[in-house]
Amino acid sequence: MRPVAIIGTGITKFGELWEQSLRDLFTEAALKAVEHSKAPRLDALYVGCMAPGLFNGQEHLGALAADYLGMGPIPATRVESACASGGLALLQAVIAVGSGVYDYVLAGGVEKMNDVSGGAATLALGTAADGDYELFFGATFPSLYALMATAHMARHGTTREMLTAVAVKNHFHGSKNPNAQYPFEIKPAAVADSPLVAEPLHLLDCSPITDGAAAVVVAPLDLAKKLVKKPVVVSGFGHATDTLALHHRDDMTELKAVALAARKAYGMAKLAPKDIHVAEVHDCFTIAEIMTCEALGFAKPGEGGRIALKGETRLGGRIPVNTSGGLKAKGHPVGATGVAQIVELVAQLRGEAGARQVKGAKVGLAQNMGGTGASSTVTILEVTK
Amino acid sequence: MTTSARIWREKPHRYRLEGVRCKKCGRTWVPARQVCPCGSRGLSAMVLPEEGRILTWTVVHTGHPEFSDSTPYALVVVEFGKGARLLMQLADFRREDLKIGRKVKVEFRKVQAAGESGVLCYGYKAVACSE
Repeated sequence: MRPVAIIGTGITKFGELWEQSLRDLFTEAALKAVEHSKAPRLDALYVGCMAPGLFNGQEHLGALAADYLGMGPIPATRVESACASGGLALLQAVIAVGSGVYDYVLAGGVEKMNDVSGGAATLALGTAADGDYELFFGATFPSLYALMATAHMARHGTTREMLTAVAVKNHFHGSKNPNAQYPFEIKPAAVADSPLVAEPLHLLDCSPITDGAAAVVVAPLDLAKKLVKKPVVVSGFGHATDTLALHHRDDMTELKAVALAARKAYGMAKLAPKDIHVAEVHDCFTIAEIMTCEALGFAKPGEGGRIALKGETRLGGRIPVNTSGGLKAKGHPVGATGVAQIVELVAQLRGEAGARQVKGAKVGLAQNMGGTGASSTVTILEVTK
Repeated sequence: MTTSARIWREKPHRYRLEGVRCKKCGRTWVPARQVCPCGSRGLSAMVLPEEGRILTWTVVHTGHPEFSDSTPYALVVVEFGKGARLLMQLADFRREDLKIGRKVKVEFRKVQAAGESGVLCYGYKAVACSE
């Protein structure tokens, strides 16, 4: 595969965006990315979106996206892997450019979630789990992660304080991100005082319902160098799957697909966890960040909560995680999330992250997962000298 | 999403806990599947035992619209012997029953009334065994 770089990024505000439709959001982010990239054309686009049929009564997003971007004839494909749809759209673009089939490819992600009620959103998101064997019996996404949290707490001694530390830290980071849905800090007591959703998870352990979009433009490194000063190279990536139903896993305290995707990405980049300077991980719930930090090798198995409590994952810590505010504070428009992670890392590696800049960051890692970890992508980015 | 055809099709798994055992690795699965995750296609029919143990639990306080009448309700993952695992509600639960390792038995119960017409859907729920 020839080397591939990211040459432009675009993102919308994340939040309850009543004035913007699904197509408005995608087009805003995509136009920003194209203009930022200075690409002479687009050869193809991939758009990650989880459930536009259920949220918006709209499928066939590839054609819609190309049409409203004014790129009508180009090949356009919607990619779906639940909440990992965005991360996977990026990997499709990277593979398409890396293979030599296309030169300039846009990878976007979008979700417009606030056009339905909270109950309908719960059911739409629930389709990422096993419909016949989880949803039917009353499972919701918070409850599935709660089952993982109960098991993790029993096995590893993970505590309420550790879960809280993740939420407080991500809100601290989010307070420095003007695009975040909740750009403010929260006090530790607020987490445990917020309503119970599914024990042991409270409302402030959960990522919100969000509208938003993000996009990046991918190009071969040799062309990228001619267009932008600091192309960010995709030096490694991985993608793996696990059982769809949580209860079929041998160990519910591990995220095997994340670990496998990470192993592939580290191998391709010839890097180890200690080489990562900044990471964006899939903290759909506080327990998810703890478990992904373990699967990515930032913490030993069972130690994911402890590194959060010690401040190792905070700005200025050993391995800053979710400097954007993460899904928790930045918001989680599911299809957009995986691409928004890349937008944040590109800003970090180019030294353009402002108040939340990780000093000297040259290597970043993004991890995006679907369902309870039934699919996961891991992408490693490096800034070229 | 629940239709009468879908309910009818699921009867062997939901009403009778019928599944398969892999002749190669020995693992048991409900619902029945054509290929074991170990790669083998040699699977024989079996029925799960009615007793198992809680592997993990939660109590759902908000969320699923189909279950708003029964909130809060408990969800558990039950392991049957050293094989199949299933997620189900723990019916009639007391707080002291929510323990990893707690022995439960599976009963045939109403699970939900689906959709606007309220089609009754039956299946399995766990109840705590007397200690």
